[in-house]
Amino acid sequence: MKRYSVFAIAREALRHHTGWERAWASPEPKPSYDVIVIGAGGHGLATAYYLGKNFGITNVAVIEKGWLGGGNTGRNTTIIRSNYLQDPSAAIYEKARSLYETLSQDLNYNVMFSPRGLLMLAQTHHEVRGYMRTVHANLLQGVETEWIGPEQVKRLVPIMNIHGPRYPVLGALLQKRGGTARHDAVAWGYARACSAMGMDIIQQCEVKGVRSEGGLVTGVETTKGFIGTKKLAIVVAGHSGQVAEMAGFRLPVEAVALQALVSEPVKPCIDVVVMANTVHGYMSQSDKGELVIGGGTDSFNNFTQRGSFHHIEETLRALVETFPIISRLKMLRQWGGIVDMTGDRSPILSKTPLGNCFINCGWGTGGFKAIPGSGWAMAELVAKGEPGALAAEFGMDRFREGRFIDESVAAGVAH
Amino acid sequence: MLILECPYCGVKAEETELSPGHEAHLKRFGPGSSDEDFESYMFARKNPKGVHFERWRHSYGCGKWFLAARCTATLEVFGTYPAQTSEPPPDIVARIKARRPEWEGYK
Ligand SMILES: Cc1cc2nc3c(=O)[nH]c(=O)nc-3n(C[C@H](O)[C@H](O)[C@H](O)COP(=O)(O)OP(=O)(O)OC[C@H]3O[C@@H](n4cnc5c(N)ncnc54)[C@H](O)[C@@H]3O)c2cc1C
Ligand SMILES: [Zn+2]
Repeated sequence: MKRYSVFAIAREALRHHTGWERAWASPEPKPSYDVIVIGAGGHGLATAYYLGKNFGITNVAVIEKGWLGGGNTGRNTTIIRSNYLQDPSAAIYEKARSLYETLSQDLNYNVMFSPRGLLMLAQTHHEVRGYMRTVHANLLQGVETEWIGPEQVKRLVPIMNIHGPRYPVLGALLQKRGGTARHDAVAWGYARACSAMGMDIIQQCEVKGVRSEGGLVTGVETTKGFIGTKKLAIVVAGHSGQVAEMAGFRLPVEAVALQALVSEPVKPCIDVVVMANTVHGYMSQSDKGELVIGGGTDSFNNFTQRGSFHHIEETLRALVETFPIISRLKMLRQWGGIVDMTGDRSPILSKTPLGNCFINCGWGTGGFKAIPGSGWAMAELVAKGEPGALAAEFGMDRFREGRFIDESVAAGVAH
Repeated sequence: MLILECPYCGVKAEETELSPGHEAHLKRFGPGSSDEDFESYMFARKNPKGVHFERWRHSYGCGKWFLAARCTATLEVFGTYPAQTSEPPPDIVARIKARRPEWEGYK
């Protein structure tokens, strides 16, 4: 792999950009691998990357039914934060956030991480108490967050109306090191680094079946034929239930649609990420100037990657009260992704009934921010066969044992 | 936009009038059952990409719970029926088979 640098740009400028190589190879599958990762979203690619980087396992294939990053990774609104309430969540999301800080250097690929700060508005007294509690918890967990009053919120976000008649802003939780990154670049950066380590990223190849013998996976049936493997990692987000069924087990997961939309581009007007969980809306401004807006999930099981219009209406209605200046903006695009929601709304990083098969799913509406940490923890689980400290609490046996990681109550909307 | 006909009051209700209640026909397990049964009743879900049976409530109408057969991959609705059944009624099953010959039947 040729490194990207200022010298590379200068060199290529002089020879009319004829020397750039493809960012990743598109090989045909080999007969077998040490590890197959199903799903080339951020989590699958990061799993492969840290298998190579942290454990020296590079005979790896990442198999993707569409194009890499075309699932939720390329559809999300890119909020990155780690201000969770429960210790296991704070640990893995903070690991991820801190890896994001140096990810561009690590991958030699600009993922445009922008720690512009993140505000979670408190618009009811219940939320005020809730976020103050989170700030105290974060202090103990070593996650830097603070509580700020309404005047300070107004100073940070001048376009905000803090005196809304229905939902006045009573204060906010601020995580200064939270922010956004370029979603496609995260997938592309990991893919390029995996390819450079000799891993095979096989796109347009759908896994149709999981073959096993005596409780161990031997390989996967795909649209490009059978591919053997010593270990299998299932990292397919919205389709986790379908692939788990191929492997013979059932998950505590349901798939629903989550939508987002962007406005026409406007001049810079908001330079932090704002989340308003009571009204189910959040907003940030992209580098192109579009306002990136999202809300809550649609409520019924759905695999169509499109959601219901009335949810968009609800989200915008709420945001217009808080940001009156957006009321005349035109919305440019709207889309949906299929998110995998678990019984306690926390992710699963787990062993499965098959000895050499592992699953990573359930990130639901909020897993973009977790990609580096999740890949890090998943690589350890796959390499050692046992979870390390980051993954230990996220096993799916927690549903049998009643050890839930109850962030849904803590986070309201969890992006 | 999803539209379901309430089998009680006959109103063709669109989704803002309804509340979803997720998987239908769950077999309930309580105290004294095995951990496996209790866990699967509480959490393990079929979550199919295709034919699905669900509970819905006509919240802003007559207020009653009913059941619906729907395709989660296309949002096609096969029919709705009263909640007092422990498995899909034969006319609904026949309608699904006519539309989805490859469907393996209710399991
Ligand atoms: C509208 C929206 C907004 C969001 N906003 C945020 C946010 O602001 N912040 C945040 O942190 N998170 C957000 N999320 C959540 C985040 O996008 C996801 O949690 C995360 O991207 C999941 O990554 P993944 O790699 O697990 O899944 P994906 O990126 O979906 O990758 C899974 C891949 O598996 C492939 N696959 C599935 N089945 C098969 C098969 N049988 N064979 C081969 N390949 C298969 C799919 O094609 C897909 O590419 C949002 C999600 C949506 C939909
Ligand atoms: Zn009714």
